[in-house]
Amino acid sequence: MPTTLDLHAVLPEIILSGTLLAVLVVDLFLRDERKLWNSVIAMAGVLGSFWATLTLIGDHRATFNGMFVVDSFALLFKLMFLAVAALVILISANYLDEGVRSTQGEFYFLLLSSFLGMLLMASSRDFLMLFVALELVSAPGFLVAGFKKRDARSNEAAVKFFLFGVLSTAVMLFGMSLIYGVTKSTNLVAVGQALAHPAARSEPLIVASILFIVAGFGFKVSAVPFHFWAPDTYEGSPVPVAAFLSVASKAAGFAGLLQLMFVAFPHQSNVWAPGFAIMAVATMTLGNIVALAQTNIVRLLAYSSIAQAGYMLLPFAVVGGAGPAVMRQAFAASLTYILIYSFMNLGAFAVVIVVNRKRSSNLIADYDGLMSREPGLTTAMLFFLLSLAGIPPLAGFWAKFFVFSAAINGNAAWLAAVMVLNSVIGLYYYLSIGARMVLRPAEDQSRIGVPFALAAAIILLVIIVVAVGVFPDFFNHFSPRSTLVAL
Amino acid sequence: MQNFDLWSLSLVVFLPTVFAILIAVTPKAQEGAVRFLALIGSGAAMVISLIVLARFQFDHSRSMQFIVDKTWIKTIGARFHMSLDGISLPLLVMTTVIVFLCVVYSQRIIPPPGKPKGFFALILLLSTGMSGTFVALDLVLFFIFWELVLVPMYFLIAIWGSERKEYSAIKFFLYTLTGSVFMLLGFLALYFRSVDPVTGGHTFDMARLAGQHFGGLPFQNLVFLGLFLGFAIKVPMWPFHTWLPDAHGNAPTVGSVLLASIMLKMGTYAFIRIALPILPQAAKIWAPYIGGLATIAILWGALCSLAQKDIKRLIAFSSVGHMGFVMLGISTLTATGINAAVFGMVAHGVITGMLFFLAGSIYDRYHTRQIDEIGPGMMQALPYMGGILAFSAIASLGLPGLAGFWGEVLALLSAFKPAAGLSTSLFRTYMVLGAVGTILTAGYFLWLLQRLNLGRVPERWEGKNFADVRPVEYLAWAPLMISIVALGVYPGAVTNLTDGAVSALTKLFT
Repeated sequence: MPTTLDLHAVLPEIILSGTLLAVLVVDLFLRDERKLWNSVIAMAGVLGSFWATLTLIGDHRATFNGMFVVDSFALLFKLMFLAVAALVILISANYLDEGVRSTQGEFYFLLLSSFLGMLLMASSRDFLMLFVALELVSAPGFLVAGFKKRDARSNEAAVKFFLFGVLSTAVMLFGMSLIYGVTKSTNLVAVGQALAHPAARSEPLIVASILFIVAGFGFKVSAVPFHFWAPDTYEGSPVPVAAFLSVASKAAGFAGLLQLMFVAFPHQSNVWAPGFAIMAVATMTLGNIVALAQTNIVRLLAYSSIAQAGYMLLPFAVVGGAGPAVMRQAFAASLTYILIYSFMNLGAFAVVIVVNRKRSSNLIADYDGLMSREPGLTTAMLFFLLSLAGIPPLAGFWAKFFVFSAAINGNAAWLAAVMVLNSVIGLYYYLSIGARMVLRPAEDQSRIGVPFALAAAIILLVIIVVAVGVFPDFFNHFSPRSTLVAL
Repeated sequence: MQNFDLWSLSLVVFLPTVFAILIAVTPKAQEGAVRFLALIGSGAAMVISLIVLARFQFDHSRSMQFIVDKTWIKTIGARFHMSLDGISLPLLVMTTVIVFLCVVYSQRIIPPPGKPKGFFALILLLSTGMSGTFVALDLVLFFIFWELVLVPMYFLIAIWGSERKEYSAIKFFLYTLTGSVFMLLGFLALYFRSVDPVTGGHTFDMARLAGQHFGGLPFQNLVFLGLFLGFAIKVPMWPFHTWLPDAHGNAPTVGSVLLASIMLKMGTYAFIRIALPILPQAAKIWAPYIGGLATIAILWGALCSLAQKDIKRLIAFSSVGHMGFVMLGISTLTATGINAAVFGMVAHGVITGMLFFLAGSIYDRYHTRQIDEIGPGMMQALPYMGGILAFSAIASLGLPGLAGFWGEVLALLSAFKPAAGLSTSLFRTYMVLGAVGTILTAGYFLWLLQRLNLGRVPERWEGKNFADVRPVEYLAWAPLMISIVALGVYPGAVTNLTDGAVSALTKLFT
């Protein structure tokens, strides 16, 4: 097989790699008070990469011997990751410039490396590539989690994240090696074909390796029982990093998980779907119930993000032995949920970053009476919280709507019912933050002040949350077009 | 005028939201402008709905008119489909009129902590949700309007309410949400078992869903359960009514008015519009149980009302009973019963709206809602207010000649001969028990009047010069009082409108 490199296909990755190296170099020549320029360069690179991705729309390309594929699934995720990257830079810029001024360059370098891993992840159609991409996503994450170097909690966050991370990666790699041993291939499609054989459908070795791989990804997406790191890591990390981890790293995990389950292991769905059912139910229930007891807003959002991961896992649970129509629908539902979740959760974190500028304790009590201090900001937060709760006509409603559809169409009404009850619990704690902001008197009546970059990000996110809520076709017509699930 | 017919419903539904946004961007200091915008927004919606009423073709009240049907969400085939027939029309008009009256009333009277900006913006948002619910013909669109009322009402209760306001607000929200998400599951189940006769795909269109088979009775029954949970919690039917006394009791005056007059009707309307025509077979199986729950609600509401010491909670429990009559009418699955139900919805809307207005105004004067503390002797202290209260209470207990009478009497009458296949003896039992309920209802209202109005002014209120009914109150109440009398004298105003559509519906059950 001739090895030709399709440069256009990897152009977004090339631009991003160039940018992250540029940031590292330019940083050396910037004096402390000018370090903010790092964020400008990073932003330019992300936008450049975004543009390069746009030029690929409609293409279907493969390179590196089919390990790297550009299709509508990959492009959709890449566009989303780059949009999230731009928003994360917008919400981090002020925080970093005011907090850890001198080491900003490193931060953007690490951040962009991680996003580079995500872009690769979306295009990987091969175990090796998937593994490399996943490591590239995680490793910089360990470092940025500990970015408040003199803060013990931040150190703890990084160490915890690291230990859990490498352990789960090792387990996953073990699973992948077993699959390779059975199928003699690392290509996902080839693995899928090899495992289609009836004898392979419930072969214990294969089942065990799927279990290992799912465990590895379960850590990434913070699914119960692999979620223990998430609340501590989010709480200890700098807030923008928590935002980044809760959104981008989770989405990357799902990008990988979707490909694996629906491309490599669809014929084992009878085996893994019930497992996902248990995992989804445990994840959403535990996340929601523990979230009720939180007093720290970042921990609350951490548990809420665990619960949300449960909703995203639910469509995996309904495809056990199901036909292609149900499979496609479940795939689209999970995908849509991730996309919408990313933006609404980022919005909530953006508001947390703003409030954190005034008081860094991140207590929910700090939000008392926010309405009288910053009505615009509070309204935005209400939008994000209600969207997370799934109240129409906001984007989050459609995320839930499509998951409910998948569950009903997959004849899993009991799962849908569990999710209904969970949504109600979720509403309670989201709304109780809303109630505090509006109803309680504020201790400190001073205004907080929203820096330009943060304000821009928040306004953009509100527009997305409302616009998608009113015209959900905007997001959803991407997902069914995904050529990935060619079942 | 072709254009008007196409745009009118969208305007009625969305103009208030546009004005809510305008209010939200008005500076806080410009309170006058805020009040004025609210008046214009709700007034415009009301005027357009009245023009709709005038242009409605009464001869064709059974068919859908003022249709707007546009592509909305292609991927799931949900459409922006709104329209109205003889059943929707009275409810839509009642909604816009009562919202407008609430805005008028609030021009002068907003409970603490003030903040007219948020108050009016939320009322206008509510208006969109409520009127949208009564005209939406697509299940997804319907669901969005249905849910749209929750957030504004939550904040109305939580910010401007009294006593346990936060508790009541969240209870209301959680209760309703639980029901409505189960309802959504029901909608989705219908969707996936449906076949769109036009496109061959699935459909959310209510009209196209009617008459489909959905593969068997067990499935229909399960879906009916989902819908029932959503609707019954909204109505609320016994035993799902426990959110109501808290929410109604602790909401601000206009919040209680909107809850009682309009939002409760969303549930009963949904039974008539969605559950009966789409799942007629399941409806027939469920009807005896619904009738039973309705009868319990009648008695339960009346007994609880007898025990109340708080005037607002008393009215709230009376709503449980009145909605019981509405549900009893629906459960008979007969034309008489459903006509009675729609009539009862309108009558309860104007009468109970009036009662909650009065309770609010009485509280403004006495600063207590305890019946024993206010009374006796209100007739002496506030002769006009007392008179209006007597009038409204008597209307509510169902005196012939006033609006409350027809809904109850026709509902009981319909239970005498329920639709074919339903147990006549069972429904006659319900009828007798319901009749006992009317006696109890008369009892607690008369007792209320005795405790409040009659007798001498007690020492604690002597020498206090309470302002009697103020001009703004007359302005807000006059239309309601006129319609109480008008509907009582000429019930045909509503039943002639509804009868066409209702008899088309009840053909399914004969």
